Amino acid sequence: MATLNSKIPDGPLAEKWTNYKAIQKLVNPANKRKLDIIVVGTGLAGASAAASLGELGFNVKAFCYQDSPRRAHSIAAQGGINAAKNYQNDGDSVYRLFYDTIKGGDYRSREANVYRLAEVSNNIIDQCVAQGVPFAREYGGLLDNRSFGGAQVSRTFYARGQTGQQLLLGAYGALSRQIHKGTVKIFTRNEMLDVVLVDGKARGIITRNLISGEIERHAAHAVVIASGGYGNAFFLSTNAMGSNGSAAWQIYKKGSFFANPAFVQIHPTCIPVHGSFQSKLTLMSESLRNDGRIWVPKKQEDAEAIRAGKLKPTDIPEEARDYYLERRYPAFGNLVPRDVASRAAKERCDAGFGVGTGLAVYLDFTDAIQRLGKEVVEARYGNLFQMYEKIVDENPYETPMMIYPAIHYTMGGTWVDYELMTSVPGLYSIGESNFSDHGANRLGASALMQGLADGYFVLPYTIQNYLADEIRTPKISTDLPEFTEAVKNVQDRLYRLMNIKGKQSVDSFHKKFGLLLWDLVGMSRNKEGLQKALKNFKLLKEEFWKDIRIPGEPEEMNPELEKASRVADFIEIGELMARDALNREESCGGHFREEFQTEEGEALRNDKDFMYVAAWEYKGPDKDPVLHKELLKYENIEVKQRNYK
Amino acid sequence: MDLTLKIWRQENARAKGKFVTYQVTDISPDSSFLEMLDVLNQQIIDKLEKPVCFDHDCREGICGACGLYINGRPHGPDSAVTTCQLHMRKFKDGDTIVIEPWRAKPFPIIKDLVADRIAFDKIIHAGGYISVNTGGVPDANAIPIPRNLAEISMDAAACIGCGACVAACKNASAMLFVAAKVSQFAVLPQGKVEASERVKAMVAKMDELGFGSCTNTGACEAECPKEISLSHIARLNREFYTAKIC
Ligand SMILES: Cc1cc2nc3c(=O)[nH]c(=O)nc-3n(C[C@H](O)[C@H](O)[C@H](O)COP(=O)(O)OP(=O)(O)OC[C@H]3O[C@@H](n4cnc5c(N)ncnc54)[C@H](O)[C@@H]3O)c2cc1C
Ligand code: SF4
Ligand code: FES
Repeated sequence: MATLNSKIPDGPLAEKWTNYKAIQKLVNPANKRKLDIIVVGTGLAGASAAASLGELGFNVKAFCYQDSPRRAHSIAAQGGINAAKNYQNDGDSVYRLFYDTIKGGDYRSREANVYRLAEVSNNIIDQCVAQGVPFAREYGGLLDNRSFGGAQVSRTFYARGQTGQQLLLGAYGALSRQIHKGTVKIFTRNEMLDVVLVDGKARGIITRNLISGEIERHAAHAVVIASGGYGNAFFLSTNAMGSNGSAAWQIYKKGSFFANPAFVQIHPTCIPVHGSFQSKLTLMSESLRNDGRIWVPKKQEDAEAIRAGKLKPTDIPEEARDYYLERRYPAFGNLVPRDVASRAAKERCDAGFGVGTGLAVYLDFTDAIQRLGKEVVEARYGNLFQMYEKIVDENPYETPMMIYPAIHYTMGGTWVDYELMTSVPGLYSIGESNFSDHGANRLGASALMQGLADGYFVLPYTIQNYLADEIRTPKISTDLPEFTEAVKNVQDRLYRLMNIKGKQSVDSFHKKFGLLLWDLVGMSRNKEGLQKALKNFKLLKEEFWKDIRIPGEPEEMNPELEKASRVADFIEIGELMARDALNREESCGGHFREEFQTEEGEALRNDKDFMYVAAWEYKGPDKDPVLHKELLKYENIEVKQRNYK
Repeated sequence: MDLTLKIWRQENARAKGKFVTYQVTDISPDSSFLEMLDVLNQQIIDKLEKPVCFDHDCREGICGACGLYINGRPHGPDSAVTTCQLHMRKFKDGDTIVIEPWRAKPFPIIKDLVADRIAFDKIIHAGGYISVNTGGVPDANAIPIPRNLAEISMDAAACIGCGACVAACKNASAMLFVAAKVSQFAVLPQGKVEASERVKAMVAKMDELGFGSCTNTGACEAECPKEISLSHIARLNREFYTAKIC
């Protein structure tokens, strides 16, 4: 049975990564050519990894479900990417970025991993600039920075409101260069449906060609999962429509532990829900909180009048507005971390002060426009304002935006060790699909940093420590019985889905499940609700497998079949989320248990009993998963109750 | 809103396609165009028929996956938006809407409204990047870049690779797409080093893949959801001629 060994190198924190690199095993150039690596996903993590591994000389096969690697969900990231450059001379350092990330994650991430992340953050910015990423600049021609939630320095690099797009296009360029050279083969519109293990090691994947429906076998010496997060379990989220947790779930069922599934991030600044036809929620970048001020009316009757359409936000005088974040958290104000800002919005709305449909608060730029002028505000946020106006049909230069929290990111994911290897040898997980680095809450602009750190600067080293022992392993044959069996399992599952021939469409089912997940395992959780969730999700799973309707054939382009397969996994992921949330009898980061809060309503951690990573091991379809605890040790940082006051 | 939809249906790349007419009722003016198609597909599924296939992913105008030819215009009647950002309030109750895939030889139809745009990727593979390996690059602030040039570069880099420019062009030219990439790098010091190789390789690939030539009609710029300017084509032409002379 696999054990939890995080393989953290010895030595002082600041030297661990250097020491690791000095003694790790490497693969020489002649041998690299003989080794095959599969990378599933071409977002920031996958594209940067595939490109870097190709440059090193490995044979890489990269997969994505979209028609082009450039369309991965990373493209949608708006606000920016952190790095400890200290270009602003405001006191930033590797240690401070490390400290902020650990603290922001509410002391539930590994010191060694986070320190390494902060260390390589600067290389990322250098790399991206060399690739031609057009980051924002000052008049003197040097790079500009903005500040983001959870930090008191300006360390966020950005390219207008399209940072993810520009970083992804940079990585896609690097990937394209390797495709041109022949070191990387790209498989688009191709979805992984299972991983293949041979003698306990990851040796390949089974995919479905999304155009023809054909089931394909792909073999390699190592497999890297870079498939993103599972936030779409909730149906409504800020993720792309196709974002899914299925690859992570498939490997969970083959022995990769799943860590901290309950840690999901709810982003405070999204456009509120406005109708049942709605297919997704749109994020308004957190960078808006730099200059926007969040408020609701002080008086309930004002809020009611606004909801009834009798008053406009601009009718409410300054003294009748409650800038509740500035009131509750004077030190950080509107820039408190996401979990804190989200819960504060929910608290106000639940208390009856919400605007719009009642589930919305204002984000107001009047002061910023007066202070900076419209041009400056437009230069900073123009495209976000335009996006808002296109969706809501209101002009944010004239009337405050309305926002409400929405599911955005998943800190939980596949458990990995320091080398980013899962509990299955030869199987790696990078980017949002793993659990590492962000603990119970991710700080803004740190996902892009982590994805690119993993892909450019960590995995290309650590994977060699494993592959160095594989140089004598000949090419893996896809005719092995393990592949044949995996193909059969995949096909059986698809036919089973097709043959249900029930009454409910996949979307209508997903909406129903997502709403329940949001209500019971969303922003605020309690024991009773979580127990109810566990019971209900089991029933829903049975209902799904009896009553789903998928038209068409498996041997053709069939988006309903693709969605059904993902939703079947989401239900099971939801079940594990509820189980994990139930187990964690404390509030920390994005995980808020109503039973565990301070008198002032702040999250109350329980470090004595829960300062661990909860890594779940799959035991079979009808068995309960087993919990493994990776105890977290803080040797370089003093563990405190987070305080943003 | 109640609408009549005339939608191009085609089983697969080899099959012959045809328009099929559908009715949808009770569409919210606040819903997006793709959400309206979701409603239609739900209706179709309820009737045990095959829903309409279309590409989409981010649904916020940035991934470039969506792209429908709506009433004779790429991305429909609104300006500077992608299909997923188009909202039904831009239509009137009772309207008839004709919906087709991109039609251009280098973008063959895969199914229904889904076109194959791999040709765009192939143009990028040929040279749409700066050739640097991971690691060993200078400090990010080592080369100051005038802000206005960084802005021009960003304007060009905003292209989402949707293909509306090709669909809008009577010659199916990919000039705006290629020019946006060439321009993004041409104005940056980092990109100047291989500027001439880049433009030659990308233009050669574009020609090889069967995209038509640019006759400066400006239809591409008019339909581009990211308002990529024709001035980038002028820059590409300059780069291209300089490259050929050198
Ligand atoms: C709207 C929005 C804004 C954001 N803004 C920021 C920001 O400003 N700063 C920041 O740091 N972070 C931001 N984030 C978070 C960040 O964008 C993501 O966490 C990050 O981009 C994830 O990158 P990734 O490479 O891990 O995965 P993704 O980009 O999600 O890529 C997943 C890849 O896996 C592929 N894939 C998935 N499943 C399969 C399968 N079964 N088979 C084959 N391929 C598969 C997909 O095709 C895709 O290529 C934002 C997120 C959202 C939703
Ligand atoms: S230039 Fe405009 S229309 Fe053409 S692919 Fe780019 S974004 Fe789309
Ligand atoms: S779906 Fe991504 S741009 Fe429209």
